Amino acid sequence: MLKIHVDMDKCQHYGQCVFDAPEVFALNDDDKLEYKATADDSERENVQRAIDICPMQAISFVE
Amino acid sequence: MSRPVVVVGASMGGLRTAETLRKSGYLGPLVVIGDEPHAPYNRPPLSKEVLATDVSHDAVAFALSDVLDDVMWKTGNAAVAADLDKQTVTLADGTVVDYEALVIATGLRPRRLDFDNRPARGIHAIRTLDDAMALRSELVPGANVVIYGAGFIGCEAAATATKLGAQVTVVGKGDVPMLRPLGHELARDIQRRHEAHGVAFVMNAQLTGVRGDDRVTGVTLDTGVELPCDVLIESLGSLPNTEFLAGNDIDIEAGVHVDAALHALRTTGDAWPNVFAVGDVARFPIPKFDPATRRVEHWNIPTEMARKVGKQLALQLAGDADAHATEVAKHFDPVPSFWSDQFEVSLLAYGLLDQATDVRLLEGEPGGNCIYGYFVGDDMVGVCGIGMRSKVMAYRNKVGLTTSHG
Ligand SMILES: Cc1cc2nc3c(=O)[nH]c(=O)nc-3n(C[C@H](O)[C@H](O)[C@H](O)COP(=O)(O)OP(=O)(O)OC[C@H]3O[C@@H](n4cnc5c(N)ncnc54)[C@H](O)[C@@H]3O)c2cc1C
Ligand code: SF4
Repeated sequence: MLKIHVDMDKCQHYGQCVFDAPEVFALNDDDKLEYKATADDSERENVQRAIDICPMQAISFVE
Repeated sequence: MSRPVVVVGASMGGLRTAETLRKSGYLGPLVVIGDEPHAPYNRPPLSKEVLATDVSHDAVAFALSDVLDDVMWKTGNAAVAADLDKQTVTLADGTVVDYEALVIATGLRPRRLDFDNRPARGIHAIRTLDDAMALRSELVPGANVVIYGAGFIGCEAAATATKLGAQVTVVGKGDVPMLRPLGHELARDIQRRHEAHGVAFVMNAQLTGVRGDDRVTGVTLDTGVELPCDVLIESLGSLPNTEFLAGNDIDIEAGVHVDAALHALRTTGDAWPNVFAVGDVARFPIPKFDPATRRVEHWNIPTEMARKVGKQLALQLAGDADAHATEVAKHFDPVPSFWSDQFEVSLLAYGLLDQATDVRLLEGEPGGNCIYGYFVGDDMVGVCGIGMRSKVMAYRNKVGLTTSHG
């Protein structure tokens, strides 16, 4: 199981992460980021791509 | 020891290339050369948070993955020359580094004004962390700030300086700020929102002179107007950092010219098989648009290019010819994406907006939240929204040119 954390003080809701890991990240109807705090291991690479592309460097894995 | 992969430029493009090489199985020697003293950091906050608050390198530094543990960093040391035939790079301290493969990730630097008797203090540009910190200390309430150049970075700096209590005047050449990327209607709308916050615009004007001895005190414009000025910010666009490549057979006109597999090209158009460019410094084709090449100075490009070069080069160095050929054949074909924050306006855009011949309101209300489409004929080449992000995102995969429009 992957554990994922987004620092909501940093996140500016740009939604760049949504394209790399749509199973984990989404913008809701108010354009705010929603994400799953846990995901299947098969999502590791996608979430890593989202971590790299996030302009605010807000996403991390929780060890 | 085998010769290393050498990456020149220790910022986002260089960092992501090094990471992807390692993650793709390249375990050989890897050297990253950077002229800045800092470890790689994130630039977009430089015209926003870093100017507005007391932010240090820690707050903008990229996390360094464990896979980079045995990378040799040579920071605070510029590449000053390269010999692509002998496969060497020469550094400012005289060191000569041999390479097996070279990745050019040197980005851009601001174009600066060239005036006689330029005062030593009070004139700034924003590209590096040191630039932003030097400027921040001068953005005090009541300061007269003149921003020359009305592009994104200029307009973001205008918003940030106004929020800090400065009196800001933006001087720019077209009728409206950000005209080329956004088109007249949306640009005018954003200008009005800036004006409502107290930013003054002097458009269709050029700076002709700077006053002041030790420190800038005023600027003169070609319209005859003179503006008081305590702080002048030059945001006039950028020049590619390619000087160290001079003297080689490599096309560095307006950036390092690369092919769809991101190999640097000779002036004849033939590819260097072991030289690549990534990020702002690269001039590349985007097949979903057209064969023309351009630099795209947006945030998603360095990372996407680095992913391709890192993976492709790891296969090349591992001698896996078939897998390498497959990777080379996957042409780099990104959707450029950018955002910009200016006061309450948060823009999100995809595509090549400046290619459009026709701009149409797609959704929402001008002056409020809205989405504009950028078209060539029936093809949407770009989309830009103020707010309404999930809707803007839904257009992302639709941008491109289906036919050639001569
Ligand atoms: C103030 C500012 C705000 C921005 N805001 C946004 C935004 O809101 N949205 C957006 O999409 N994009 C934005 N961008 C653009 C984005 O930051 C760039 O696209 C990105 O930084 C490019 O990364 P890069 O690695 O290609 O180049 P750079 O980040 O420019 O890195 C190049 C590095 O190479 C070094 N170097 C240069 N020459 C040499 C040499 N000879 N030897 C050794 N090292 C060398 C440079 O000093 C630098 O450290 C902004 C940029 C700036 C400057
Ligand atoms: S990419 Fe980063 S800033 Fe953007 S929505 Fe995702 S977590 Fe937030």
